[in-house]
Amino acid sequence: MADFISLKDAVKKHLKSGDMAAFEGFTHLIPHAAAHEVIRQGIDELTIVRMTPDLIYDQLVGMGLVKKMIFSYAGNPGVGLLRRVRDSIEHGWPRSIEIEEHSHAALANAYEAGAAGLPCAIFRGYLGTDLQLVNPNIKRVSCPFTGEELAAVPSIQPDVAFIHALKADRKGNVLIEGILGVQKEVVLAAKHSIVTVEEVVDVLDTHMNACILPHWTVSAICEVRGGAHPSYAQGYYGRDNKTYIDWDTIAADRDKFQAWMDENVLKQGPEVFAGRIKGLEVTS
Amino acid sequence: MSTQDFTPDEMMAIAASRALSNTDVCFVGIGAPSAACNIARLTHAPDITLIYESGTIGTAPDVLPLSIGDGELCDTALTTVPVPEMFRYWLQGGKITVGFLGAAQIDRFANINTTVVGDYNKPKVRLPGGGGAPEIASSSQQVYITMKQSTRGFVEKLDFFTSFGHGEGGDHRERMGIRTQGPTLLITDLAIWKPDPVTKEMTVVSLHPRTTKERVQQTVSWAVRFSDDLQETPAPTEEELSVLRELKARTAAAHAGNRVETA
Repeated sequence: MADFISLKDAVKKHLKSGDMAAFEGFTHLIPHAAAHEVIRQGIDELTIVRMTPDLIYDQLVGMGLVKKMIFSYAGNPGVGLLRRVRDSIEHGWPRSIEIEEHSHAALANAYEAGAAGLPCAIFRGYLGTDLQLVNPNIKRVSCPFTGEELAAVPSIQPDVAFIHALKADRKGNVLIEGILGVQKEVVLAAKHSIVTVEEVVDVLDTHMNACILPHWTVSAICEVRGGAHPSYAQGYYGRDNKTYIDWDTIAADRDKFQAWMDENVLKQGPEVFAGRIKGLEVTS
Repeated sequence: MSTQDFTPDEMMAIAASRALSNTDVCFVGIGAPSAACNIARLTHAPDITLIYESGTIGTAPDVLPLSIGDGELCDTALTTVPVPEMFRYWLQGGKITVGFLGAAQIDRFANINTTVVGDYNKPKVRLPGGGGAPEIASSSQQVYITMKQSTRGFVEKLDFFTSFGHGEGGDHRERMGIRTQGPTLLITDLAIWKPDPVTKEMTVVSLHPRTTKERVQQTVSWAVRFSDDLQETPAPTEEELSVLRELKARTAAAHAGNRVETA
């Protein structure tokens, strides 16, 4: 049953040191505000899962909160590399992290299997790739009917799923529109889920096949206007591409990174996000 | 009408765009492939279906997306499906005619590395990784690759096999249980390459205007094979160039800052 509580209280209540946490959102609706709250609370030794780590995992890794990262594309999309993640993998700064690397198809299948309550996902993949040599969680199974060799990976069932959505109604039913990513799957796969939303409304006012997470599938709902910035929220505000481009320079330098985190994350609260989307709002 | 006033990068994007047809269902990688696919859509292939891994099917962006999931892709798509469905039904299900990929490193059999330079556990450079590419490379009916030539990128031996091309050549794909054609076309800033029908070694079949065989060889770490019937790539037409330049200009303006100053 969804509690309407502050993001600070939701993170404190549901996420513990050493947990497996997945922050999902495929370019769209990335839960930046939630990740920043986790960083402020300094919850560490995390195993973090995400298809496309993006800036938030650069920040979590750079702040030393991560023990292990499970991922399938560790880049700043369209810009380049994730420099804090690289520094950790290449030089062990601020600490070394364990990585478990997959392809997108594998992780998408693994989330779906997690939601379906299965122990593993089976798909046609990893043919001829070296990923199966460096990741012991990629196995081969034979189809019992045709004998075809298929790939198998463990399903993903995180302790806590974090997503950002467009809106919730007052009961806590959540609406996602636009690029849907794996958000429905990760919430249904996780033990607990924290959903930040742009707004809470009386009625969701949508169509009959809309992507809805019923209130009884969600642990906590936190209203955080702008909570995906610099990612975007369909119909609310656009992607702040300039911030993604600027991040490359900030993350390139350890001191610059720490100063930025101190100023923009540690000394702030979730309410700051509403101001960050000024001028990016969708007007029509 | 063709023109000689173009850069090698422009030639690459335009040559790549020409390979696509109106009936293709194309899974688009970010970067150079995205430009080529959208030029095709804006010139000779208006009905091409462009699919991005974020789940957008039949998208027609006005500017090139910075990421594979920009809102522009969803706004202009016929429909947007969840990411697991994208990989399971549409890609694995065999609905994609062309998977269009970029690469950091490539070898003579069009195998691709986008994972690491150096040893995996002690990398010299940690690259972003495979993303959708490993399965795009094996599940699309055929694969086109576009990238600039350099000895750093065109290597004798890959540091890591992220996406399987023709393996060690010959019938290696079939022996691996892969039923699709794999890389059938490589378009660079200097040339067009196709696999030899038997050995599957990538072979230069067409040189872009103002390029020489020597220049191609200087940017490749192995001894390049040239087709006996080597062609010259037709120069870009004025229409192709203006479509590309307008697209790039709209894109640059959009990415420089989409924030509107409010009083």
